[in-house]
Amino acid sequence: MKIVVLLKMVPDVVEELEIAPDGKSLDTTYLRMILNDSDNHALEEALLLKERHGGKVCLLAPDAPEVDDALFAALAKGADRAVKIAGIDAAEGTRAVVARIVQALSTADLLPADLILTGAQAIDDLDGLVAPLLAQTLRWSHLSVVNQVRFDASTGVTTVTKEFPGGLRAEFEIKLPAVLGIQSAEKPPRYVPVAKVRAAMKSLQIDSTTVPIAAGMPALEIQSMAKPSAAGHAEMLEGLPEAVAGKLCDVLAAHGLL
Amino acid sequence: MSGNIWVVAALCRGRLLDATYEAVALGRELAENLGTKLEVLLLGHELKDVLGTLGIADAVLCVEHAALADPVPEVHAHVVARLAGTRHPQAILVPQTNVTWELGSLVAGELGVPYVNSCTELRMVEQTLEAHTVLYGGKVEAIVRTKHAPSIFGLVSGVRAVEKGYADHAPATERITEVDVQPTSVQLRRYLEPEAGDIDISKEEVLVGVGRGIETRDNLEVSKELADVLGGAICGSRPVIDQGWLPLSRQVGKSGATVKPKLYIAAGISGAPEHVEGMKGSGLIIAINSDPQAPIFQVAHYGIVAKLLDVLPALTEAIRSRSRRGMKQYA
Ligand SMILES: Cc1cc2nc3c(=O)[nH]c(=O)nc-3n(C[C@H](O)[C@H](O)[C@H](O)COP(=O)(O)OP(=O)(O)OC[C@H]3O[C@@H](n4cnc5c(N)ncnc54)[C@H](O)[C@@H]3O)c2cc1C
Repeated sequence: MKIVVLLKMVPDVVEELEIAPDGKSLDTTYLRMILNDSDNHALEEALLLKERHGGKVCLLAPDAPEVDDALFAALAKGADRAVKIAGIDAAEGTRAVVARIVQALSTADLLPADLILTGAQAIDDLDGLVAPLLAQTLRWSHLSVVNQVRFDASTGVTTVTKEFPGGLRAEFEIKLPAVLGIQSAEKPPRYVPVAKVRAAMKSLQIDSTTVPIAAGMPALEIQSMAKPSAAGHAEMLEGLPEAVAGKLCDVLAAHGLL
Repeated sequence: MSGNIWVVAALCRGRLLDATYEAVALGRELAENLGTKLEVLLLGHELKDVLGTLGIADAVLCVEHAALADPVPEVHAHVVARLAGTRHPQAILVPQTNVTWELGSLVAGELGVPYVNSCTELRMVEQTLEAHTVLYGGKVEAIVRTKHAPSIFGLVSGVRAVEKGYADHAPATERITEVDVQPTSVQLRRYLEPEAGDIDISKEEVLVGVGRGIETRDNLEVSKELADVLGGAICGSRPVIDQGWLPLSRQVGKSGATVKPKLYIAAGISGAPEHVEGMKGSGLIIAINSDPQAPIFQVAHYGIVAKLLDVLPALTEAIRSRSRRGMKQYA
């Protein structure tokens, strides 16, 4: 099975986020970038498929701060090849970005492939169009919010499980090739020791490809960005843990919960 | 701009999901605002049972075809795109449920028009549709404008109260049976029911919800002890379930259960919209989070900025000692 995984770096939202002086973007001065959570699950699902059925897992990622660390970690986990796309700017708009990804898939020799996996959602996404547009451009099938991909080697049938509301799941049969949005992998993403990542950094390399700017629909333009207004904000209780616990007990008692 | 406003209904196994009514409520406001009509697009097969509650809309376009019986996103999207191509709506609102997750983006892709996801608000400003959308797990709100008609908007859960979009009568209905069905290589095989056997968290009166901030499986014990003294149960956000620390039956949110206990304690949960939609109806919400900016503090009634491993055991102990004192008074 040949699988391409699209990976993207996003701001770590555990850190404090500040709006830049332009009022339309994040202040990147102190921003820490991490691999988008569901992309990490897409990577894990690809590695699981490779372990079961053999094949190759290739990573494709727009160049971004700290992306090398994420790509080396993925290589150390068992991915076979990593390719960075230089010069992609999300401000170009998703259509242009997808056109560049499609070009990169061919200039980096990543096609034909059986599957392209990526996260079901990125937290910085205005339109979440990458996976569906990619599928439409390549004329492949598409499903998202997927949490399991199974391939039956004896019949050649691929089944995909998609999350539905309330814990319900739906199982689809899907003909390959397909682009899938992975919500969570069958198993939690594996841990890779730092020593192995360091070894990968010494012995492996990350390829880079440059593709020309593609004409596309103009990007959605952000008018302004703000932290949500404090309306409806919780009443904050302060103090040492024991003091706070005491205040909470009063609240619970007042609500008839003790 | 003069086209109608469309809401694409979200159905799961023949039943309308609440998010549809929320979208209808918002769509109604927008239609009034623009002086145009609100139409609900209902796609499926043998749909008669669900029409009777959509009367807030001016009309339902009921698209029925055997090929639409199963929720195959690309098939549904193609039908919506084709209809939009001939009827020219001005905006298409798609509730972002798991079932309809791909729909808005596939329609936008096919039509080559803008899609804005995670919208919380839509209104007309200076002849332009303005959308408020949430980014970064709910930590930032952005305002986006689009002049393109149609533009497609994905709506986060809870954009309006369900009751505002719910009626006890059906609107005028137009049946459309001639549809352009696209061949597909995606086929629904079966539904997998949630596993039974565990408790039903939607029936619990007290829930202690834990998120990624719990850090290890062993730390769950601390939340369990608190749930025990309160006579409740523990549940979790998605990362805790994905780690396998709690079973899927304990997941709260979009893909899990919707809960409305008397008390919900959210510990180490950031408050992403997909989690909040499953617990915002709780009677009393207390959030404990080490990040003062965590969005969960916007839905909680009481908040504490602290490490959960400091607060939860202290709270358990405080409740225990109060109940001991209480018992002494009666003795
Ligand atoms: C289609 C779809 C469906 C989804 N369905 C669901 C669903 O059903 N349920 C669900 O929950 N999510 C769902 N999600 C995922 C959702 O978007 C969020 O990713 C998820 O809710 C985040 O979980 P979290 O708050 O535990 O983790 P995070 O967002 O990582 O937050 C962890 C929080 O813990 C805090 N913290 C860290 N350490 C401590 C400490 N020591 N003490 C106190 N606080 C600490 C941090 O400040 C942070 O706020 C879905 C997403 C999609 C796209």
